[in-house]
Amino acid sequence: MIASGAPLKVLAAMSGGVDSAVAAARAVDAGHDVTGVHLALSAAPQTLRHGARGCCTLEDANDARRAADVLGIPFYIWDLAERFRADVIDDFVSEYAAGRTPNPCLRCNEKIKFSAVLDRALALGFDAVVTGHHARLDAGRLRRSVDMDKDQSYVLAVLTARQLAHAQFPLGDSTKTQVRAEAAARGLAVAGKPDSHDVCFIPDGDTRGFLERQLGEREGPIVDADSGAVVGSHRGSFGFTVGQRRGLHLERPSPGGQPRYVLSIAPKTNTVVVGRGDLLDADEVIADRPLWTSGIAPTDAFDCAVQLRAHGMVSPATVRVSAHDVVARLHHPQRGVAPGQALVMYDGDVVLGSATIAAARRADVRA
Amino acid sequence: MPYLDHAATTPMLPEAIAALSAALGELGNASSLHGSGRRARRRVEESREQLASALGARPSEIVFTAGGTEADNLAVKGIYWARRDADPRRRRIVASSIEHHAVMDAVDWLVTHEGAEVSWLPVDEHGTIAPGALRAVLAEDPDSVALVTVMWANNEVGTVAPVAELAAVAHEFGVPLHTDAVQAVGALPVDFAACGADALTMTGHKLGGAYGAGALLLRRDVDCVPLLHGGGQERDVRSGTLDVPGAVGLAAATSLAVERRSRLAPRIAVLRDSLVRGMRETVPDVILNGHPTQRLPGIAHLSFPGCEGDSLLMLLDARGIECSTGSACSAGVAQPSHVLIAMGASTAQARGSLRFSLGHTSTAEDVSAVLDAIGPVVERARRAGLTSVVS
Repeated sequence: MIASGAPLKVLAAMSGGVDSAVAAARAVDAGHDVTGVHLALSAAPQTLRHGARGCCTLEDANDARRAADVLGIPFYIWDLAERFRADVIDDFVSEYAAGRTPNPCLRCNEKIKFSAVLDRALALGFDAVVTGHHARLDAGRLRRSVDMDKDQSYVLAVLTARQLAHAQFPLGDSTKTQVRAEAAARGLAVAGKPDSHDVCFIPDGDTRGFLERQLGEREGPIVDADSGAVVGSHRGSFGFTVGQRRGLHLERPSPGGQPRYVLSIAPKTNTVVVGRGDLLDADEVIADRPLWTSGIAPTDAFDCAVQLRAHGMVSPATVRVSAHDVVARLHHPQRGVAPGQALVMYDGDVVLGSATIAAARRADVRA
Repeated sequence: MPYLDHAATTPMLPEAIAALSAALGELGNASSLHGSGRRARRRVEESREQLASALGARPSEIVFTAGGTEADNLAVKGIYWARRDADPRRRRIVASSIEHHAVMDAVDWLVTHEGAEVSWLPVDEHGTIAPGALRAVLAEDPDSVALVTVMWANNEVGTVAPVAELAAVAHEFGVPLHTDAVQAVGALPVDFAACGADALTMTGHKLGGAYGAGALLLRRDVDCVPLLHGGGQERDVRSGTLDVPGAVGLAAATSLAVERRSRLAPRIAVLRDSLVRGMRETVPDVILNGHPTQRLPGIAHLSFPGCEGDSLLMLLDARGIECSTGSACSAGVAQPSHVLIAMGASTAQARGSLRFSLGHTSTAEDVSAVLDAIGPVVERARRAGLTSVVS
């Protein structure tokens, strides 16, 4: 545990964005001995370009360096491109290939920022890693940011108690608006830099195109769940997410004219099954690889709120825990629960733990 | 503060600062015909003569440039274009595989954009280019070769090439040779006429001069197509209003560095040897890279098994000790050194290396500061391991 107030030797991960710059500034103000590090995650950094849609461009590295200059802290670039490729990008591709929908930011926090970087930092004599994530750490408990729109506790819920013990999130008590205003007041040039939204290693935002380049096009059928008829074709089942409605390019309309959604993906037969929206309603979610923020797995079933995707709604649920997975019984059915996404359990705004969604179903139509 | 990165840049000599500063206060475009112009021109020509005399060249062989990278680009591209224009069969460039990026990337650019072909000369485990290897490549088809370029002394590991022998081999086949002598001038005896090279790159800030002033020494009988077109200055090879203070500062620094070399180099070599000796005592598995004898006096390039060079550099920097991972940076990311890879090192060894380089202000205290720090630094970096490499 990090005693609050005691000056520490901390490593500030600086992406070149406004959040991590202000987080580093606050760590300096708190009296810590701060060293800034920009993580180079792309093996071939792009040349200068306008806007900031990725997190590993040369421009971002320069922005991070200039912020470190303003704060008067040492600054280095750590090359983690190989690790990022192996632990995040390859995982992203193979998850989609297996019909699941991964969250690469979560994987990056788990494997890169709070694993490779944290381990290296601790070995090099640092006490903690500081990031600009919007979340609160409160006596070892991970809590949502006060800014619900920017809250990132969902993508941090994979962190263990040990990882959280060496993490600092100085922005959790501030809104994004406050962070931007503070950056401007501090003279940080990144104060007005646009937020990054897309997957950082897919700067054009075309995930399906990226996956096609990685996995190759494989034409396959789109099948209607009710009739079993082939209603369209696709160039690879990996390009779809359960619950997806847009971009299906179906050749035949549904009989009632209602919209159809992706209900399931069968990568082995390269088949995408579509159907009515109500068939997506699920009230039981099975998730594996459970991880408990406190480090202690609950033994009894408990009530909590679960969030099933980044920026998704939370729903009340009763969670049963077994050796290898958790089963969340949702008190109200949810639509479009995608395997591969994280199920994050909250008690109010406190993260209890997370698990990876394996399946979702209607309890009353269980096969 | 122990500064052991003189190969990156070295403190300016006070005499060079004085000469440069005085010249900055003087008016005159060296191409103007009036009194101020003539006085400016006189300062340039005196500097040219001073520089030529320090380097065993004739004044007319000096082409002032804005530093080493420009001189390398001018030599590689300019001589390639001139030789190819004279005979279209001459499309091959023979270059050592341990060149500085200023040469290597200029060659690559000619390959990509100008239809050039390249033969990269291999080096041995010490980074030495064998004259026999050059002869073998040239003998295959001498008529196809536009030029040979080999660096005099390597900027990373410090190995010195047998430039005179290599130039003699190139001339057996009637091919001109360029040498990048940026690290050599001021550290080794460099005599342009005696070495036989047709073109030689040097720059000021590696020997006590200012940034942004260098020269290409270019024999009068070697044609060179300009990179910069304009007013026709510098034999029509390098247009642009002459940088009078730059030339004055460069000449002052170079003549002093060359004059002091015979006393300074042995003193630096003693410091370097004590650094290497102490390093071996503290870190028994440390590897000294480069040639054991044919090397620059000031460079100790060392590999620390199990460490990231980045980690070592950062930990030393935190203790106020400044050195280099010795390799080129792209976006500040250290790539595994092509020099060490060419010498047969593994990627892990290449990434786990540091270059300590000593210079005219180095002291025994600098060396002891490094030796005092290196034990715990290596221990810590070893614990952090090879983060960037996927096992």
